[in-house]
Amino acid sequence: MASPLGQSVTLHDIAARHLHARHRLLQMLREVQASRSYVPEEAIQFFAHVLNLPIAHVRGCVEFYSFLHTTPRGQFDVYFSDSVTDRMAGSEIVAKRLADRLGVTLGQPRADGRVTVSMTSCTGHCEQAPAGLANGRVFTRMTEARIEKMASLIEHGVPVSEWPAEWFHVDDGIRERGITLETFIPPGEAIRTALARGLPATLDEVERSGLQGRGGAGFPVGRKWRGAYETKGAHYITCNADEGEPGTFKDRVLLAKYADELFEGMTIAGLLVGAKKGYVYMRGEYEYMMEGLQTVLEERRAAGLLGENICESGLDFDLRIHLGAGAYVCGEQSALLESLEGKRGIPRVRPPSAVKIGLFGQSTINNNVESFVQAAQIAWKGAEWFSDHGETKSRGTKLLSIAGDCQRPGIYELPLGITVREVLARCGGENAKAVQVGGPAGTCVGRDEFDRRVSYADLATGGSIMVFNDLRDMVDVARQFAHFFAHESCGFCTPCRVGTQMLKHYADKIADGQGTQRDLEQVKSIGEFVKGYSHCGLGETAPNTLLDTIKRFPEEYTSRLLAEADFVPDFDLDASVTESRALTGRQDQLDQVHSD
Amino acid sequence: MNAPTEQPARLTVATCSLAGCFGCHMSFLDVDERIVELAQLVTFDRSPLTDVKHCSERVDVGLIEGGLCNVENVEVLREFRASCRYLVAVGSCAITGGVPAVRNKFTLESCLREAYIDAPGIDNPHIPCDPEIPLLLNKVRPIHEVVRVDYVLPGCPPPAEAFWELLTALIAGREPELAYEHRRFD
Ligand SMILES: Cc1cc2nc3c(=O)[nH]c(=O)nc-3n(C[C@H](O)[C@H](O)[C@H](O)COP(=O)(O)O)c2cc1C
Ligand code: SF4
Ligand code: SF4
Ligand code: FES
Repeated sequence: MASPLGQSVTLHDIAARHLHARHRLLQMLREVQASRSYVPEEAIQFFAHVLNLPIAHVRGCVEFYSFLHTTPRGQFDVYFSDSVTDRMAGSEIVAKRLADRLGVTLGQPRADGRVTVSMTSCTGHCEQAPAGLANGRVFTRMTEARIEKMASLIEHGVPVSEWPAEWFHVDDGIRERGITLETFIPPGEAIRTALARGLPATLDEVERSGLQGRGGAGFPVGRKWRGAYETKGAHYITCNADEGEPGTFKDRVLLAKYADELFEGMTIAGLLVGAKKGYVYMRGEYEYMMEGLQTVLEERRAAGLLGENICESGLDFDLRIHLGAGAYVCGEQSALLESLEGKRGIPRVRPPSAVKIGLFGQSTINNNVESFVQAAQIAWKGAEWFSDHGETKSRGTKLLSIAGDCQRPGIYELPLGITVREVLARCGGENAKAVQVGGPAGTCVGRDEFDRRVSYADLATGGSIMVFNDLRDMVDVARQFAHFFAHESCGFCTPCRVGTQMLKHYADKIADGQGTQRDLEQVKSIGEFVKGYSHCGLGETAPNTLLDTIKRFPEEYTSRLLAEADFVPDFDLDASVTESRALTGRQDQLDQVHSD
Repeated sequence: MNAPTEQPARLTVATCSLAGCFGCHMSFLDVDERIVELAQLVTFDRSPLTDVKHCSERVDVGLIEGGLCNVENVEVLREFRASCRYLVAVGSCAITGGVPAVRNKFTLESCLREAYIDAPGIDNPHIPCDPEIPLLLNKVRPIHEVVRVDYVLPGCPPPAEAFWELLTALIAGREPELAYEHRRFD
């Protein structure tokens, strides 16, 4: 099969380029996927052999990550984001149009191997929806007219690199700048300031600023750094650039425009704890930024800001960027570390925390992109520069990525503690009937709660804000989120693996008008169970939107329940025997008495 | 759940095995000599134990072992549901599909090919198609996907004590409560 990157790169080359390092297995598999459109059995056997890993380990990895496949995809592999806000912008329509024009079934390669069209989770370009990926490159603002053209380019075998450049144009999307987006650090200045002040004094400064983790959970950054500082032995620094929470796209702009600030923050953390090495774990969807980031790394190495004896401190530190391969759970800190080690992204058992036992079994500081950027700025400008903003329990400003039913979607840097109402006024979303704060894992609030605050004390968010107006069907929104979690559950623990499937099933049944009061009660009790018994944050939050919307928009649920029935099976006898009828040619009439 | 309110004079109990192995029935019989006591408290209706083939109009408790693998299973289950006040899913097969549901990972065609065409030593290989044989379902299903279920007895099989507790509780008109060791198996 012809391939986008050319078949010429051999498995040997790939393994050699990655120094036969086991923890780079995922990076190797990504390259096999890109050059061959799948990971053939031969490659699985090869890597197991040369890396001295069990075959099951390698195969397990391939099967775990959504962007790796064991059977050939098309020469052109096109994904459309099916996140709620992308759908609102018409992603399903453009995806279907492309599939129709090319004569393919969604998710299945065309018989001639030319193309596959599939849906994927949020790609992080929600304010420029409908967005997607073509052979790994992000396209935005897809229209039906562009789809016509795309279909013909694919039919003619024109490589993606020769497609119209404007399709791949990504705006930075910044609508409102605050202290963070206005502060560009001249490369090295924050490191020099930190060294001049003294690294322990810089740690005090970060602690005093009150900076909390910007990935969503809000754990104090200074406290985490101090924990690692006080832990003996080797250390690692990791940056969570997975940005997988649907509706979050603020790290995208930081990676694109504030890479120096990010690397500066990671370097300061590294020098502080004596780490020699740091990793940025970036979602596979952001691969198009890789080149730019590598250039910045090179420049910093050349300027003595990475590598040996950084700024004459006598300390060494360097950074690598690793790419994910389509797994939301890999944003969970311990799953991210597993994935960085070249394994499936299965969350670890905690305690111990990553600060004690993290990457490769060593003490690790893992922070979100925005956390490192702001920490670098604090190291440069001092604690007050930051802590003068925000509210008592949530200091500073936060980047919010706003999408959905508002006139001005995009990135807003706003002080924490701001009300939902104020956020809506800024983005032109005054007509909202519901706002999803913190993505599918967050909280859904209705009109009477718009005075609640975006902060770690009230409505926490890693950045995602989705706005829904009166025309939106909240049951359908909750159903789509239920599908997202069922798809992204890593399958390690039963409450989440089975529970998210059950929630999806009941959400579909109710949304399709086939549910009863009993089904609604099932959703509530399964939801509480999944929240209470899951192993990691994914399962703990997966039922949130279903439970929130049942509470806040009960009439949208009850109005579509089958009132008269106590139990309605989701079962059709005739439809359940199609295979045996086909195999035997029998057409017996079936007793169709329903009973409950 | 629907707690029994009025206490009938004498409960009628029906049992059946759908796609199961009869292990659950055997475990029920492990109540041993207490079966005599039970026989004085309840009347057995349709059951492999009595060889009665259809439920009476009104049965109090129906115990179902096994899941649904064919059309006949569905019909029997629906008859049970229509006749029984309380329907009990007994054992892993009824509750989740159990061992028979292992075939759900494969297509029905590949299962039948494996058994009737590709297996070694088969003469006249063909997929049986006698109208006497109930049509197989595309996938094996647990019973709660097709009818409302009132109680479950977990286990493969559930221990005799679990049957005993269920029935004596329903006879006494109270909610059954399974002791921890009678619902946990690892
Ligand atoms: C399912 C799941 C997905 C997550 N995804 C991300 C993510 O994409 N980016 C992120 O920074 N944190 C994510 N987190 C939070 C991380 O586990 C962790 O708290 C964070 O990286 C710590 O950095 P911070 O303290 O600077 O926020 C996720 C958590 C869970 C449970
Ligand atoms: S809660 Fe879900 S995602 Fe987390 S470990 Fe369990 S199965 Fe995996
Ligand atoms: S649950 Fe176990 S004992 Fe009962 S029918 Fe199924 S396999 Fe047999
Ligand atoms: S191993 Fe099957 S449910 Fe736990």
